[in-house]
Amino acid sequence: MSAVLGTSSAAPASAPGRAFDRWRFWGTMLVVPYLIVFLVFVLYPVGYGLWLARHPASYEKLFEDPIFFRTVVNTVIFIVVAINLKMVFALMLSGFLIQPRWWIKILSVIFILPWAVPSIPTILSVRFMLNPEWGVINTLIFQLSGRDGPNWLNDPTLALSFSMLMHVWKSLPFWTLILVAGRLAIPSEQYEAASVDGATRWQKFRFITWPAMRTLYLTSTILSMIWTLGDFNSVYLLTGGGPADLTHVLATLGIRYLRLDQVDLAMASIVVALPLVLPLVYFMMKRLSR
Amino acid sequence: MSRRWTRKAIVNEATLVLIGIPVFLWTMIPVYHLFLFSISSKDSATSGRLWPKEPTLQNFDFVFHQKHFYLDHFWLQLWNSVLIAGAVGVITLFVATTAAFAISRLKVRGGRTVMNLALFTYFIPAAFLAVPMYKTMGLYGLLNSQWALILAMVTIASPYCIWVLKQASDKLPWELDEAARIDGASPLQLFRLVYLPLMVPSLVAVGTYALLLAWNEYLYAFLLLSNDRSVTLSVALGNFLSADDSPWELLMATGLIYALPPAAIYYAFKRYMVGGLTAGAVKS
Repeated sequence: MSAVLGTSSAAPASAPGRAFDRWRFWGTMLVVPYLIVFLVFVLYPVGYGLWLARHPASYEKLFEDPIFFRTVVNTVIFIVVAINLKMVFALMLSGFLIQPRWWIKILSVIFILPWAVPSIPTILSVRFMLNPEWGVINTLIFQLSGRDGPNWLNDPTLALSFSMLMHVWKSLPFWTLILVAGRLAIPSEQYEAASVDGATRWQKFRFITWPAMRTLYLTSTILSMIWTLGDFNSVYLLTGGGPADLTHVLATLGIRYLRLDQVDLAMASIVVALPLVLPLVYFMMKRLSR
Repeated sequence: MSRRWTRKAIVNEATLVLIGIPVFLWTMIPVYHLFLFSISSKDSATSGRLWPKEPTLQNFDFVFHQKHFYLDHFWLQLWNSVLIAGAVGVITLFVATTAAFAISRLKVRGGRTVMNLALFTYFIPAAFLAVPMYKTMGLYGLLNSQWALILAMVTIASPYCIWVLKQASDKLPWELDEAARIDGASPLQLFRLVYLPLMVPSLVAVGTYALLLAWNEYLYAFLLLSNDRSVTLSVALGNFLSADDSPWELLMATGLIYALPPAAIYYAFKRYMVGGLTAGAVKS
């Protein structure tokens, strides 16, 4: 701020006041496009949505819906199990991918593929692999054992597990790349010194890698949790929330109510999630706007 | 390689290979299955073979000539995807670049607040915003118009773009701005002649990000558009799920066509993407 004021008032302009106004005028003009987008497509919708969800009756109806309770449980399982599984794997794989081997370089290019391709075709591909009659998995089971394989997506536990695996498959490369960047930022001298001192691999991880990566790992985990709450595709396109609406998560339940024209329930189901989301958002905003 | 093949080195290499193989299979199986289906005829697609007895391009012929009622509007829907992704890329670039310039270089009053509003938007889970967004688009009379999808995707894409661009702008030296001001440059000249040329790598990164986000989007596209002639290819793919006896091999062929452009763009701009995006995504 002071730099701007300093130069513009010190500049030997004939009308310093006007020159200054011009800079301020354009500063305001140039944030206006985004402000309009924000007001019209974020603030107003969110406000309107909260207004739609103002009746306590909506929440009573929501809590009476057995699907809702199941959805909350599913969402918590999804967040806790899938995210932690994904982040632990990402941490381990980041250590694998920075090994200097020609074939690991090639593999790391292939490894990004799930992140680089859109999710719909690959999710549908997996959905068909799991088809009980014609899917390739049950075909192989039949050819090998002569018996029919299970009806994978007809079992709520299996179906939710596959949704979580689908989510991990899709977003593992992204987080692994982030952690690779984190690992590459650690000075190699530290590892060399540790080797001279005869440190084991575990000791190097415990006393060099982990302290350097801890903050990044925690931030990534929290960001991933927020985003995963909005992951609609992994569940909807694989299971459609079925069988019998037993595999919904909050992201798909809101859309389900919306499509049933129960907007107040849809908004209520989102409002109920806010106590969980807002602290995470607050944490991330503090971290990023430092 | 001058590495000595001691017992320890062999164990070490073997361990790496034993990790590498599952990683490769895990990554490739869904993608390979997609590819395999798209080059198999209807009968051989489900045989469980690793390579079809007679690989065929017939499915692509069906898709390109729109020979199935699921594919009646294939070319139009592909064009819709291109148009919407392009529009989102351009509009997002405009909105995000001007905002980042005003916040970072012009130090507009309240810029920090605008940045925080953008960050807040970035952290709203997309599926949560979809519900009120759908209702509001209805109020605005935009439902079933492609503008609804374009504007929704601009809303979702721009916060992250502003943030990445602001991080990059903050690193530009102040002396440039001061020199331009002393030479009597106007704010717009500073923007056009000094700022934009220096920001090209970041602009490429966020433009690509917005473009891919819009191309890949399914949820908003299927909520906001319903007419067969206005939907994007992603919605058309989802529509194959409406019946159990859908022609999978055609779905897979269409899916492959749909997946290739973003993958190609991603790999082509990977240099920019990895530099601009992964570094910006999580600041430790």
